[in-house]
Amino acid sequence: MTSPVTTDPEAGNQESSALAAGLRGLRLPIIAVFLAAVVGGILLLISGDNPFSVYAAIVDESFLSGSGIGRTLEKATPLVLGGLAVAFAFKAGLFNIGGQGQLLLGAAFAAWIGYSIGLPTVIHIPFAMAVGGLVAALLGAIVGALKAYRGAHEVITTIMFNFVAGNLTDYLVSRDGPWNDPEGGAIARTPRLQDSAIIPTWGEIPMGFFFACFFAVLAWWLLNKTTFGFEIITTGANKHAAKYAGINVNRIIILTMAISAFLAGVGGAVQSQGVFGRFEASNNTGLGFDGITIALLARTNPIAVIPAAVLIGGLNASTTRLQQDFRIEPEVVSILQALILFFVAAPSVVRYIVRWKGLDDAEDIQLTGGWGS
Amino acid sequence: MKDVKPVTLFFAVVALVLAVISYQWDGRQTEAVVSRAVVEAGPLLLGALCGLLCERSGVINIGIEGTMLMSAFAGFFIASYSGTVWLGLLGGLAMSAIVGLFLAWTSITLRQDQIIAGTIINIFALGFTSFYYIQGRTMPGVPSVSIPFLEDLPFVGPMLFSHGILTFSAMFLVVVVHLFLYRTRWGLRTRAIGEHPSAADTVGVNIISLRYRNVILASMLGGLAGLHLLQSASSFQRGMTNGKGFIALAVMLFGRYRPFGAMGAALLFGFLGGLQAQLQFKGALDIPPQFFGMIPYLLTIIVLAAAGLAARPPAAAGTPYEGA
Amino acid sequence: MAQLLEMRGLTKTFGPVVANDNVSLKLDAGEIVGLLGENGAGKSTLVKMLFGIYAPDSGEIFFDGQPANISDPGDAIAQGIGMVHQHFQLVPPLTVAENIMLGAETVAHSGVGAFLGRMNVAEAEAEVRALSEKYGLHVDPSAVVEDLPVGVQQRVEILKALNRGARLLILDEPTAVLTPKETDELLKVMRALADEGVGIIFITHKLREVLAVTDRVTVLRNGKYIGSAITADATQQSLAEMMVGRSVVLRVDKGEAEPGAPVLSVQNLRVKDDRGSDAVEGMSFEVREGEILGIAGVEGNGQREMVEAITGIRKVEGGNVVFGGDDFTNASPRSVSEWGVAHIPEDREKDGVVGNYSVADNMVLNTYFKAPFASRGIRVMSEVRKWALQLIEKFDVRPRTITSPVTSLSGGNKQKVIVARELSADNRLIVASQPTRGVDVGSIEFIHNQLVHQRDAGKGVLLVSAELDEILGLSDRIAVVYEGQVVETLAGESATRERIGLLMAGGSGDS
Repeated sequence: MTSPVTTDPEAGNQESSALAAGLRGLRLPIIAVFLAAVVGGILLLISGDNPFSVYAAIVDESFLSGSGIGRTLEKATPLVLGGLAVAFAFKAGLFNIGGQGQLLLGAAFAAWIGYSIGLPTVIHIPFAMAVGGLVAALLGAIVGALKAYRGAHEVITTIMFNFVAGNLTDYLVSRDGPWNDPEGGAIARTPRLQDSAIIPTWGEIPMGFFFACFFAVLAWWLLNKTTFGFEIITTGANKHAAKYAGINVNRIIILTMAISAFLAGVGGAVQSQGVFGRFEASNNTGLGFDGITIALLARTNPIAVIPAAVLIGGLNASTTRLQQDFRIEPEVVSILQALILFFVAAPSVVRYIVRWKGLDDAEDIQLTGGWGS
Repeated sequence: MKDVKPVTLFFAVVALVLAVISYQWDGRQTEAVVSRAVVEAGPLLLGALCGLLCERSGVINIGIEGTMLMSAFAGFFIASYSGTVWLGLLGGLAMSAIVGLFLAWTSITLRQDQIIAGTIINIFALGFTSFYYIQGRTMPGVPSVSIPFLEDLPFVGPMLFSHGILTFSAMFLVVVVHLFLYRTRWGLRTRAIGEHPSAADTVGVNIISLRYRNVILASMLGGLAGLHLLQSASSFQRGMTNGKGFIALAVMLFGRYRPFGAMGAALLFGFLGGLQAQLQFKGALDIPPQFFGMIPYLLTIIVLAAAGLAARPPAAAGTPYEGA
Repeated sequence: MAQLLEMRGLTKTFGPVVANDNVSLKLDAGEIVGLLGENGAGKSTLVKMLFGIYAPDSGEIFFDGQPANISDPGDAIAQGIGMVHQHFQLVPPLTVAENIMLGAETVAHSGVGAFLGRMNVAEAEAEVRALSEKYGLHVDPSAVVEDLPVGVQQRVEILKALNRGARLLILDEPTAVLTPKETDELLKVMRALADEGVGIIFITHKLREVLAVTDRVTVLRNGKYIGSAITADATQQSLAEMMVGRSVVLRVDKGEAEPGAPVLSVQNLRVKDDRGSDAVEGMSFEVREGEILGIAGVEGNGQREMVEAITGIRKVEGGNVVFGGDDFTNASPRSVSEWGVAHIPEDREKDGVVGNYSVADNMVLNTYFKAPFASRGIRVMSEVRKWALQLIEKFDVRPRTITSPVTSLSGGNKQKVIVARELSADNRLIVASQPTRGVDVGSIEFIHNQLVHQRDAGKGVLLVSAELDEILGLSDRIAVVYEGQVVETLAGESATRERIGLLMAGGSGDS
């Protein structure tokens, strides 16, 4: 073994190597998206569509026109937060697969604050968002506590809470429920939010998107610059060593799940306050699962969650056009997402298909480590 | 059977006594609840057997939900277009075997994170089955079997001896999986590779091929679980699994990774489901239906919290094999 | 007797590391050859090539005079080579008979049972019983392996190999986990097997055992073949020199201890293990300032649980842990370390370091939140780097870079990172668990000197080790533990290997 006695050559140019590493980190997600498009194209061919015109329509609809970009960012807003929720939990070795339920709670409770009380706008908007986020955070804390003290695995409990939250919010806005909109007739929904609780748009661009980006930066800063973030990442990297180092692992698990759920809850609040102007259960399907794809596409980096969410948001924004022009069911987007997820999560496949030398260092991500973690 | 614990026996006897008392009190209702419990338990039990067999071999399968959905989808449309229910069942099984092959490939060969692999299956299945779904089709029903004479027995007759074939297959497969797991060469090797794969490897057991075979076989049990849903609902609906694949995982844990344990746990879930349906149907309780709807999910969480620490998963579950 | 095995010029490299460089070894039937060398000398690599786990880069293996074609363990077993691994290859929840027949199961001979592979457990158990009687290796075939003591599990491993008709048996560090009494029994069994014509390769780094049982010795050092000797002509000193490459100091240089006030006092401690059974059952002892208290005992007699209870990681079920007069029973790990307890954990990969963190981050793993490494909850990386650069210099961590992940370091350097972190803080008590396990000789000496240095600086040292030589060489007082209790405490200078060995095995020590 050689042992060069030098004074740490890497220390000086750390910033530039971080940038290079960041750029190198982009290759795998890009190839993954490309491969997913190829396989998705084959599936489209099977159902009798021309994949090229379908993809062209998606790009045209979601990314090329001003109103399209606005719609894409609107769709991307809750996805940034949902993706952050999953990515943040991954840092502590936790898989929050229950973004859906947390998002529903956030959406419903924010809507309740939004329609039922009158406040000045500067207070009303953040207050409603905070209540939505905190109710979801409470649910996350319960999940964390069940994991920390009872060993109940979060993958199952969060999924189960999705159904519980779905039923609960359904009830709250149903005809017998306390938050029902009497003018809604058969539609189960809350009354319309007061104007003071509605998040405005800036031209075509929804302001909620900036809130979401702010949370992404905040999450990145928290994880990478603070001692609390160090405790979270240490817990995720080696729970045992964390415990030996004096970190209260149970506390970290509970707090991380709570923060993760808070982010998802705010994502729901933004839906009610910025997009629909009320809470209606059927408006929010599937968003929770998109977060998983986005978090992995971003390789759990909070900042990278933003472009990943914009990409998936663009896909989601094109479904109406696809249905009109090609009579393609909106679920084609879920298939594309599952394919992206597969290729991102399995770098060895990508390496096998694309034999680039430089890709060898695209490390495999073992995120969850089974039941024991 | 020598591996039945006294506690299990005790609960079984208590359940039986309660059932008899209830039957004396209101025969018809009791029969309805218990019969429904058996039917509801079927898919959970088959799903739990799927998870159990995978984990006993050292592979975590949280894609049971997606496996069920894919199999039900294939089963429904093949039965619908061919007009033959048997072809549908075969097609469903074949589809679940393909899903199993995918899980095996990603988690054994590619050594990918197994929980992510399962999640991919779930997301893909939901998208795929909804995308290719065609409305308004019907399929021939899955045949039922009533065992002559036995079905006429009071109480146990309708409860145990008159069901769709897949409900029978669930009961039968519990026994089969138990016997094979504990009495055969295959079972011994399976238990070994889930606990201590290098011990099996150093005596010449081919871990990769055994894990592949077991994951595919197990996924076909998951496929049967999906077909069982089809048997009850008699048509395919989008997202018809409704989390049952995850509840099956809780059933597996509660049953401590043992086939008969899973059966007990599945019957408990099934019974509560049956009770809920009956009470709701009768309008016996003035509670919003959404709260009834939460029961199985909350119950799963409670079961996990109660059993989570007690159930010891196979030591190697979730870890790809890297060689001795 | 006839030559059974010849390994000729075997070479094996892992990346840049040459694990075996042109190594040769011969073995006759009925002969016991000791394969001697330090940790990392390449002993395990050599036998793993013989057993088909690794493929050699070059060289030849002849078995029974024929070129052996061994590409996996299955081939090795089929040809009559058996191996008892350092980490037992037994499936804990299965029975003895199930473990022994795994891979070569006794199944029904005909009919449907044969087709389905139905096991015949009664027949398998009878076979095991017959075999164990033949070689005098007594075990209950229907017992579940995880309930058996380690020495018995090892017997199961040997039976497993013999059941497959092994004529050549490889024993990889078999005595590391045994009591002296169990060790003596194993040596007897080995002799009996050799008398039956079995050839045995006995891997160890314990000279005493080599001299006691082998016919010949082959010595490896740094992956190279150093030489062979007829055991009858060899002495401890001559073998030690071949093994280490220089004359070794068998005792650590240290002056007289000057013990002060008690720094740790453990009173009637009771702790449970992971499976909920009693592991520590009323342990009491004291560590004073300026002394090293060695805890001697075979692994699995409650040492691990005791250490974890003292450091706040495991729950104390009864009794007290007192640091310098303050009660710390069931205190949090953080408050224990803040009081001034340094902890070098037994399992360094799992508990001591975060593998994918840099050396720098590992150097502050338990001080990251304190000034100057953090200010108001924000990490100050420049201070972390400065500190880490100082420590790698002072503790001779190689390579001299603080940015590489700790996983890329050798075992000895990983341990140095932990030792540097724990010993450079301002502590009052050092708890060191197996501090030199799997560490190269140079690092062992360094770590031993550091511990003595800490003692001389007036700190208390609690040293837990399974290596009797380490305990004898370093300790000022020695507490011997057996089944969760301290059976006796001896003064370091008056302790002998024999007396401690007897106490470790549960004997009274006076007889």
